[in-house]
Amino acid sequence: MSDLQSSPSTAGKASDEAPVVATAGANATSASASTGRSLLPESTLLRHLLALVVFAVLAVVVLEVTTPYQNSQLATLTYYAIAAGGLTVLTGMNGQISLGHGALMAAGAYTTALFLDADEPLPLVVILLASILVAIIIGALVGVAAARLHGPYLAGATLALAVGLPGLAIYFHDIFGGEQGMRVRAPQAPESFDSFIQLVSGSAASSTKWLAYVGTICLLLTYFFLANLVRSRIGRTWRAVRDQEVAAELAGINLGAWRVLAFVVSAAAAGLAGAVLALVVRLAAPSGFTLVLSLSLLTAIVLGGLGSLTGALIGSALLVFLPPFARDMGASFGLDQTEAAQVAPFVYGVVLVVVMIFVPAGLVGTIRLRWMTRKAKRAMAQAHADGASSRG
Amino acid sequence: MDYFVNVTITGLTQGMIYSAFALALVLIWRSTRIVNFAQGSMAAATTFIALALIQAGASYWVALIVALVSGFVLGAVIERVIIRPVEGGPELNAVIVTLGLFVAIQALIAIIFGSSFQSFPTPFGVRGFELGDTTIPLTPTNLYVIAAVLVTMALLVALFRFTRIGLAMRASAFSQEVARLLGVKVGGMLTLGWGLAAVVGSLSGLLIAGGTFVYPAYMDSLIVFGFVAAIIGGLDSPVGAIVGGLILGLALSYVSGYAPRGSALVTISALVILIGVLLVRPGGLFSSSTARRA
Repeated sequence: MSDLQSSPSTAGKASDEAPVVATAGANATSASASTGRSLLPESTLLRHLLALVVFAVLAVVVLEVTTPYQNSQLATLTYYAIAAGGLTVLTGMNGQISLGHGALMAAGAYTTALFLDADEPLPLVVILLASILVAIIIGALVGVAAARLHGPYLAGATLALAVGLPGLAIYFHDIFGGEQGMRVRAPQAPESFDSFIQLVSGSAASSTKWLAYVGTICLLLTYFFLANLVRSRIGRTWRAVRDQEVAAELAGINLGAWRVLAFVVSAAAAGLAGAVLALVVRLAAPSGFTLVLSLSLLTAIVLGGLGSLTGALIGSALLVFLPPFARDMGASFGLDQTEAAQVAPFVYGVVLVVVMIFVPAGLVGTIRLRWMTRKAKRAMAQAHADGASSRG
Repeated sequence: MDYFVNVTITGLTQGMIYSAFALALVLIWRSTRIVNFAQGSMAAATTFIALALIQAGASYWVALIVALVSGFVLGAVIERVIIRPVEGGPELNAVIVTLGLFVAIQALIAIIFGSSFQSFPTPFGVRGFELGDTTIPLTPTNLYVIAAVLVTMALLVALFRFTRIGLAMRASAFSQEVARLLGVKVGGMLTLGWGLAAVVGSLSGLLIAGGTFVYPAYMDSLIVFGFVAAIIGGLDSPVGAIVGGLILGLALSYVSGYAPRGSALVTISALVILIGVLLVRPGGLFSSSTARRA
């Protein structure tokens, strides 16, 4: 039965033709490598710091001009985006798929819930770091197994994780509260935050707003960290492992170790996302971490373009703003409440299929591909013209 | 002792269903090198079709046949329309497409049939046979499940061994290029393969639903168990899938029967078994020696 593998169109194709179109979003050209007329700083770190400041100011403005309901929507967006950012790095940069990120988020959420349950809760930063740490430990365990797997094997193993891990919360129901889950006591905003909001908007801060700010800060820091990481030696090594296993191995890269590292980084993001989720939703329950959560994260990154952080952000926005819209549309077609709530997952599934068949590079990847093709064409025409003039 | 026998029989029955489901995955993997994560949702869809017929007054057997036929059509159409464009491409794309189908079909079931729990009938009793005045824990439903799976497997073996179509299907799985040169319509064979796999998958869905409750996501754990069973068997070997299903069925049955509050531990034990097998033999227990590098 092993002789099936002689078929030319079988697995392993992904590493023969590199880079795969689907991950075009991951292969950004660095600004310094382009024409050089850019006004942006040369150093990647400086450029990203600049972006961080711009986005931070933007975020404050957006959070201040929006209504409390929109604030809570944005808070939801932050935890989806954090998790999707981690997942897009794993899948887009390193070529590993994970359906287990919902379970890793659950690890972060339950950690936060447990720590906040204490009579004298630790500072929020410590709790968030602890959530990240727990997710890292689980991520490392899974990553060690995952590093030896690929494609469908990996998808299946992480699928088992996504379906299995919430069962632990039911098994240890004395600690984790079983099916009902744990209520999360949202921490109070510090005085400095209140005075900051007073200064910016002139009105008192609500706890919704405080949590939206916490989520936004986590989001900005995560994306800053990830953006630097993927542009560094680490990111290049991940891409090498993804596209050309043999060549990477010959260049002295330890494939397994780098895959585990990618999984750990991704798990850390998922843990933080889970912690923010627990704070925003104020509940950590098994029903919050279904397989559909993991699959909707996958939808977000596939739609945006695998490997692109911008794409992950755009895709996460879809996860937040599509469900109410889809629900209304379902209701207008005469569906009742519970039926209409299923329209959104239906759209996620259709989006996954349609994007993968017609535009596998996703939004950002497709735009980037177009742009790169145009630039290459222009450079070619230029070279042609130069050659003609020098001959003539 | 009685309890042990009871747990073992439950395990074997469940294991048979996992075997059938794993077999469906293996059939598709062998012909198209794709793991069909949508298998569970497709089976759930046909189960709900059967349920709708039964609620409308049709007999179990009519509903069964209609469900299997619609499973075949569903599998064939999905292969032809959705899977064909990603066949032979990067494996990640195919995985994502089947996952998309998984969510979309499940949501569609919930939209059409509602997401509440509904009881699914079984054609036979669930009381054990009586031998004299002792009741042995083997129920007619157990026997029905085991027999249904065995008959299906025998039919599949006969199809692949003794018919021209089976030969053509094996040829296209073996080497598409060569089969095409010899005049086999490979595309049609792949469609047929998906259709057959969907029939087997639907059957396992109907069997596991018998006597319990169904809801749109009721196949979620079965897709995990079927996948684990297929992996234990090596994903490439039909015999491996069957043995893997039985091993998994027994193991999970003992966990849920003997561990305190074991039923909550069932899926996590499947995960542990899966990771264990993959760490010891990444190609599965029944794989031949060639390891793929990809």
